[in-house]
Amino acid sequence: MSLVNFTAREITCKIVYYGPGRSGKTSNLQYIYGRVPQDRRGKMVSLATASDRTLFFDFLPIDLGSISGFTTKFQLYTVPGQVYYNATRKLVLQGADGVVFVADSQARRFDENMESLQNLQENLLAEGTDIRDMPLVYQYNKQDLPADLIMSPSELDDALNFRSVRSFSSDCLHGSGVFETLKGVSELVLQKLAAGAPA
Amino acid sequence: MSDRLHPYFRFDSLVVGAANRLAATAARSVAESPGAGYNPLFVYADPGLGKTHLLMAIGHLALEINPNLRVEYLTLDDFVEAFHTALAAGQGDAYRRHVGEADLLLLDDVQFLAHRREMQAELIRLTDYMQTEERQIVLASDRPPAEIEALDDRLIRRFAGGLVVDIAAPDFETRAAILSRRARERKATFDRDVVDAVAGLPFNNVRELIGALNRLIALQAVEETPLGAMEAVAFLQGEKDPPTHDLPVPVVVAASPPPEVPVSVEAAADVRSATSDEAAADEFGSFLSEVAATVSHQVESWRSRVAEHILRWEGQGYRTARLEALLEEDVPADIDVVLEAYQRDIDRLQELASEAEALASDIAGSAVFRDPDQVAAAEDLVARAQEGVTSPPGPSPLWQLEDLVESGGNRVALRSASAVAQDPGVRYNPLVIVGGSGRGKTHLLHGIGNVLAAREGAVVACLDAADFTSQLIDALEQERVAQWRTRYQRATALLIDDVNLLAGKERTQEELYILFNKLQADDRQMVFTSAVPLAELTGIEPRLLTRLEGGLVVELPAPERDIRLAVADRLLRAKLDLEDDELAAYLASRPVESVRSLHGLVQRVLTAAEVQNTTPTAALAREVLEGPPGRRPARPRRVRSSGIVPPTAGGPRSHEKMVWTWPDAGDRVIEEWR
Repeated sequence: MSLVNFTAREITCKIVYYGPGRSGKTSNLQYIYGRVPQDRRGKMVSLATASDRTLFFDFLPIDLGSISGFTTKFQLYTVPGQVYYNATRKLVLQGADGVVFVADSQARRFDENMESLQNLQENLLAEGTDIRDMPLVYQYNKQDLPADLIMSPSELDDALNFRSVRSFSSDCLHGSGVFETLKGVSELVLQKLAAGAPA
Repeated sequence: MSDRLHPYFRFDSLVVGAANRLAATAARSVAESPGAGYNPLFVYADPGLGKTHLLMAIGHLALEINPNLRVEYLTLDDFVEAFHTALAAGQGDAYRRHVGEADLLLLDDVQFLAHRREMQAELIRLTDYMQTEERQIVLASDRPPAEIEALDDRLIRRFAGGLVVDIAAPDFETRAAILSRRARERKATFDRDVVDAVAGLPFNNVRELIGALNRLIALQAVEETPLGAMEAVAFLQGEKDPPTHDLPVPVVVAASPPPEVPVSVEAAADVRSATSDEAAADEFGSFLSEVAATVSHQVESWRSRVAEHILRWEGQGYRTARLEALLEEDVPADIDVVLEAYQRDIDRLQELASEAEALASDIAGSAVFRDPDQVAAAEDLVARAQEGVTSPPGPSPLWQLEDLVESGGNRVALRSASAVAQDPGVRYNPLVIVGGSGRGKTHLLHGIGNVLAAREGAVVACLDAADFTSQLIDALEQERVAQWRTRYQRATALLIDDVNLLAGKERTQEELYILFNKLQADDRQMVFTSAVPLAELTGIEPRLLTRLEGGLVVELPAPERDIRLAVADRLLRAKLDLEDDELAAYLASRPVESVRSLHGLVQRVLTAAEVQNTTPTAALAREVLEGPPGRRPARPRRVRSSGIVPPTAGGPRSHEKMVWTWPDAGDRVIEEWR
């Protein structure tokens, strides 16, 4: 997938929200969907199971209009978090320009976070991408839950964020931290894009 | 929006003095015909000198003249805030249209554009749009455009394309006039000397001045007695304690508010009210603007770099076609390499241009020195210029000043020559040496030339007038007159022999006239010789002739016996190391018109002696020059005639050259043998 098409003067960023099941990836997209003016967003495609879990993936195209003469589009994807959908996750991850790792802040979900993070690393490697080369941010979701149920951002940083990438606390249901996360990953993606673009 | 114009700020209330006359005139002109004259008008001044007053006065007057005009007064902060709000609401374009379609846009405090690239870009678009639509834009700032930090060059150029005008601090008279008017408006009365004394205080701006007036009005009101000049000054300078009563300064000020810039942000508020307050839009808007900023900084960074280079070099007058072509490419090659190569070419061009400037100033302005794609052409041009400035012909080393023999007749000429050689360009400029053929003019000229050429850094042009002309003709043929001129303009001294030969050579005279003036202006020495006295010189333009006459004209007379003797003696010594007073005296006694003739005599004697393999003596000389005693020239044996040789017969006319008249048989033998 071509991130910058100078001929068509088009920038397309594919950002994948990755993380364990029920960590809040789809909630991120839903919140964003609700905040983007109608004329700027495409239809949000969401294939869910009967129990409302993401079966395939969510897809939210956002048209940011013309920026510096480039038609700029963001495509936000989520992967199905459930372990058994790994093939789908790999598929979605293909050609990703940036990844938001949405971690569930609940202490009891710590293992799933770790597992998903390892899965992300493996899937990227399988695709020939070193996770260190991928624009990546962490989002510690559900920080609105009672403190005794969750790990604090700094604890999560210590436990998960051993590469010291940017991390954001969030409460996706109410929107706190959602756009901050998107901004964070967009910035990294665009920076990498600039670095990869002709100097 | 016109209702933001403070009612006080009109031209009527503006005191015009020397410091703001230009700005006020320009402002009036803009108000009277918005968009027609100075567009954009950029007014800058230190704070408190009346920028806002002027801006609003323009608005008022424009509305008085045409109430249907839409006048917008905004401070930059208003503009930025309203624009951001509009962007966040997805109404950016609508707001752009709203502002851009004002008939008269008054934008205050634009110094806050510093480091706001996106707003600068917005303002560029706005200025372009308004100019195209012939809508007037007036801007005010506390500093000139070039001093606003990180202001886009394109904006600076656009401002410069209109009118940039400043307001200086008011002079004493203006300060006094402002005080009087304001006091009158406030229905306060001050003695003239109070006004003068206060106007004489060093206030930096009008606001401070008005503040001082406010304090005085308050003081006078409290004390209920007219203030004296000393008292007023002392009070203002803090030398006098304020009266025991609390000065109701704030009240006084409030009663008649000092004309401060209105602080309403209605512009922004309007936009805000027109838009949804939903946080939703804000969040997305802020995300959008951040992405936009990142894209423009990151994605387009190479383009920005190229664009910066284009602006920079374009601003300096260089052609940037190569860089512009780069922008056309989708994925250009290594930008750094291209930029470095371009920079190298510019450096080379600058080098060449300065070289060219030194060689021939008229080619230094050539367009090739401004086009990095034509470095080769520029090098070629410089090379050609260099050829043109090979040093002009110099003096012949054979003729030295010290070889000349001074006598009563040539003393003036020789001493003048020495003076000129010692102090070129100072004593006699030009020096004109007049004298018949062979009298030593050329020797003297070259002698001076040799002395001058020995000076450090000297470039002495010493040549015959005929050569001067033929060089010019060659230059004209080869279209290299500029180089030819440069060649001589570089000369530290110009010595031209036989200037009389320029008669009728109008173009050469014209060039010489120009060169003469330039060299004379630069105090460079000029020496001319003429075989004809200047008064008898015809065919020379009066303007040149008068210039020659304006110098020192000296004459070289026919050589006197002293000179002839000295010359003969020297020649004999030089040629044969011979010391023969009798021979020298004999040679000197021969009647000759010039030293050159004497040279000829000596040469004849020496040749004869050489042929006979003897040492030249006076007797030999006599024999050679006067013929052997008692021997008559033999009649030509082969020519039988009545003695009349018809001119068409082709017979020899110079008996000197006829073999049978040669005095010595040896000569004949050699001639026959040869």
